[in-house]
Amino acid sequence: MEIFDLTIHELHGKLKAKEVSAVEATGAMLARIEAVEPKVGSFITVTPEQALADAEAADRRIAAGEADVLTGIPLALKDIFLTEGIRTTCGSRMLHNFIPPYSATSWERLRERGAVLLGKLNQDEFAMGSSNESSAFGICRNPWDLTRIPGGSSGGSAAAIAARQAIATLGTDTGGSIRQPASHCGCVGLKPTYGRVSRYGVIAYASSLDQVGPLTRDVTDCAIMLGAVAGHDPKDSTSVDTPVPDYVAALSGDIKGLRIGLPGEYFIAGLDPDVQAAMDRAIENYRRLGAEFVDISLPHTDYAVATYYLIATAEASSNLARYDGVRFGHRSPQAGGLIEMMTRSRSEGFGAEVKRRIMLGTYALSSGYYDAYYLKAQKVRTLIMQDFIQAFEGVDVILTPVAPTPAFRIGEKVNDPLQMYLSDIFTIPVNLAGTCAIAVPAGLSASGLPIGMQLIGKPFGEETILRAAHAFEQATEWHTKRAPL
Amino acid sequence: MKFQPVIGLEVHVQLLTDSKIFCGCSTRFGAEPNSQTCPVCLGLPGALPVLNRRVVEFAVKAGLATNCSISHRSVFARKNYFYPDLPKGYQISQFEEPICLKGWLDIQVNGTAKRIGITRIHMEEDAGKLVHGELPGLDDGSGVDLNRACTPLLEIVSEPDLRTADEAVAYLKQLHRIVTWLGICDGNMEEGSFRCDANVSVMPVGADKLGTRAEIKNVNSFRFVKQAIEHEIERQIDLIEDGGTVVQETRLFDPNTGRTRSMRGKEEAHDYRYFPDPDLVPLVIDDEWVRRAQDELPELPEQRQRRFISEYGVSEYDAEVLTATRSLAEYYEGCVALHGNGKAVSNWVMGELTRALNDSGLSIDQCPVTPRLLAELVKLIDSGTISGKIAKTVFDEMWRSGREPGAIVEEQGLVQVSDSGAIEAIIDGILAANQGQVEEYRGGKEKVFGFFVGQVMRASKGKANPALVNELLLNKLKG
Repeated sequence: MEIFDLTIHELHGKLKAKEVSAVEATGAMLARIEAVEPKVGSFITVTPEQALADAEAADRRIAAGEADVLTGIPLALKDIFLTEGIRTTCGSRMLHNFIPPYSATSWERLRERGAVLLGKLNQDEFAMGSSNESSAFGICRNPWDLTRIPGGSSGGSAAAIAARQAIATLGTDTGGSIRQPASHCGCVGLKPTYGRVSRYGVIAYASSLDQVGPLTRDVTDCAIMLGAVAGHDPKDSTSVDTPVPDYVAALSGDIKGLRIGLPGEYFIAGLDPDVQAAMDRAIENYRRLGAEFVDISLPHTDYAVATYYLIATAEASSNLARYDGVRFGHRSPQAGGLIEMMTRSRSEGFGAEVKRRIMLGTYALSSGYYDAYYLKAQKVRTLIMQDFIQAFEGVDVILTPVAPTPAFRIGEKVNDPLQMYLSDIFTIPVNLAGTCAIAVPAGLSASGLPIGMQLIGKPFGEETILRAAHAFEQATEWHTKRAPL
Repeated sequence: MKFQPVIGLEVHVQLLTDSKIFCGCSTRFGAEPNSQTCPVCLGLPGALPVLNRRVVEFAVKAGLATNCSISHRSVFARKNYFYPDLPKGYQISQFEEPICLKGWLDIQVNGTAKRIGITRIHMEEDAGKLVHGELPGLDDGSGVDLNRACTPLLEIVSEPDLRTADEAVAYLKQLHRIVTWLGICDGNMEEGSFRCDANVSVMPVGADKLGTRAEIKNVNSFRFVKQAIEHEIERQIDLIEDGGTVVQETRLFDPNTGRTRSMRGKEEAHDYRYFPDPDLVPLVIDDEWVRRAQDELPELPEQRQRRFISEYGVSEYDAEVLTATRSLAEYYEGCVALHGNGKAVSNWVMGELTRALNDSGLSIDQCPVTPRLLAELVKLIDSGTISGKIAKTVFDEMWRSGREPGAIVEEQGLVQVSDSGAIEAIIDGILAANQGQVEEYRGGKEKVFGFFVGQVMRASKGKANPALVNELLLNKLKG
């Protein structure tokens, strides 16, 4: 087995046993990136010097007997995470020249434990998209089928795992941006409970929905990564000061008596038959493992997409106001006066999808429309939260598909925003409810495309969904399948 | 037709916290441009605000001191607009749920008391500032200094209860006295630490519907507030009487002309698209916090003013002057604690001490004469050791050297002469040398009396007890 095929825990074993050094592992990853990157396009920026320097430091720690499970593990970050001294673009021309003076808390935490940074990953511009097609830095392809999208917005984060260009990655999830690409690329992706991971230093799209999470090769790695980045951060007022459990220890394999809810609203006519079949097999698997199934209802599901596109765009319209060409980022060279400078810089710096969402959000917050749109959306959001609270009175986790179909073709939905938005229909409610969910590989379509299953947990119930996902993983082989790249 | 002006004020109070409202940067004034900034106040991508607890404490103090109710839950909101000095493209403020609601202040204008309602007090961050002209590396351009960005402000909004410019000024002064008294604002209007926008409208007397209002910005002294409001009232009345209508607009006061001019109309007014800031959780203040703040609240200027009148017998006017600032009131009470003659101390504080402070451009906090020294001085007068006139000489020496008044009196031999024998001897000498004037006095020209007093005082080098001089002189002349 090649180094780039390993999981975190497997590579950690080899590093600790001195079978391989962090520098060798990093070299292997960089070689792999170089080999497959022209086909995939997972990265916006590769940082070989940084990676090798990190790896040398990691080797010194390992030699000193201070190796942590993440020490010397080559990782990559969605280009939405600020990395001090390393260009951070958020997939936008607006930030093509932005070198941040500080780093995101989540990256700081990984770095403190000795992780190695391979580079910054491709994504939809400002995390707005479900296909990675809105990136200003070129297309990212699905390693399972290079004519298809990897999903989005953390497309590069998922594609890099599937293409074995990184051992693990971090992404962000505002409406499914970790889980949907994880599902399309056959990897594990977790969106933690809102407040579980600091957002400090993560470029904001929709602040009340954004959450940082890992994309990994298996559930154990996911537990390791989550444990490393979770926890209160005094720099983020919305991060919650509640203890971080040992997520790896939660992977006991025992799910006897686990009550799994199946929401009728998610198993709809029109669901891709391969996806439906994969879910049926997953349910069968869980029955064998001793889980019980309960039919539940999440009655406000139908309103989730509309609610999301009001709240997320409203927040985005304000969050993206700081990109005005005054202090950093793109400034139009042609502008004469002040207003022209701001207008031109924004017109040139932002892509079409970002502009569309800024306009939608500006409209939703405008005087005379606020009550009808933003305020009403907030009320519906409360109803959606209540749906989950009620459902969780009777079940421990909720099982759904991650996306209605496997990965679609590049260009297929690019001119139909509404169709594109509907690809997040099963993931968006989780963000609105502020709770946690994990996507795990649960099958392949007839044409060999990965299909993911989503397990939704109670707020701060990450241990439960990880245990359930892990038990499933132990009983199946989907996570061992490799993209034919 | 007679018109009734209606005025409401929005006052911005810059808080005296060491650090900014949403980050740890210093709030010090006058530092090198952009030297007091960080990712948060620069509005860098990914940066998030964290509320400074001191700001909340100050806001609660201001609310309690202005009789507001403190909201158990308040919410920060984003006010969205583009401007180069506004780094995030929005200002974090409070909108629908501010920290303080429904208070009031009592004011006095020409002896008439009036209660002015306070609609709300909310917390917000200040913007940076633009610098135009010659800049490092630029002959002519515009620069942005973000040192002030994210500095904490309170906005205190009054009800439209004010009817004249004088009332507006009285309200503003009262508010100024309270926030400086509480130590939450330095009150410096020139530097913009205490600034005011005025909403002015007029309506026919007896009308029940308010007129269209204009908002006047940029009035940064009490005098300008009076000028700006008076001019605006006149402008609106003239306009209506000439058959015109007042339009809703923002007007700028120009201190050079004393007039207001249109800045932007209703059509150009911003739609700020307020919405709750998702980066900050709602602020919850429990009863315990409010109770503690109430307990820690100092005696307020108005209460102290009333107490000075009842306890020390000073006049209404004197009490108001003595409580103009907390330092002055503390100084005065420091003196009175050592020497109980409240009226005499008041006269000295408001007289010689204030004059000396003004002449030297010092504040009461920098006063070289301590309350103890001033109390000693007044004690010397009251015990008859020195005369009031001599005391002024002693005061000047105390001001210069900071020495004990008793020591100065002794060293310079300034003890008052109250020995009637010695004074009589002087009087006899003066009367003998001025027989002509003695005749005049006895002939009914009583004005000459003053001449004799002057002569006696001069002969005694000012040390003769003036009361005794009067008494003895009168006896001699009459006799």
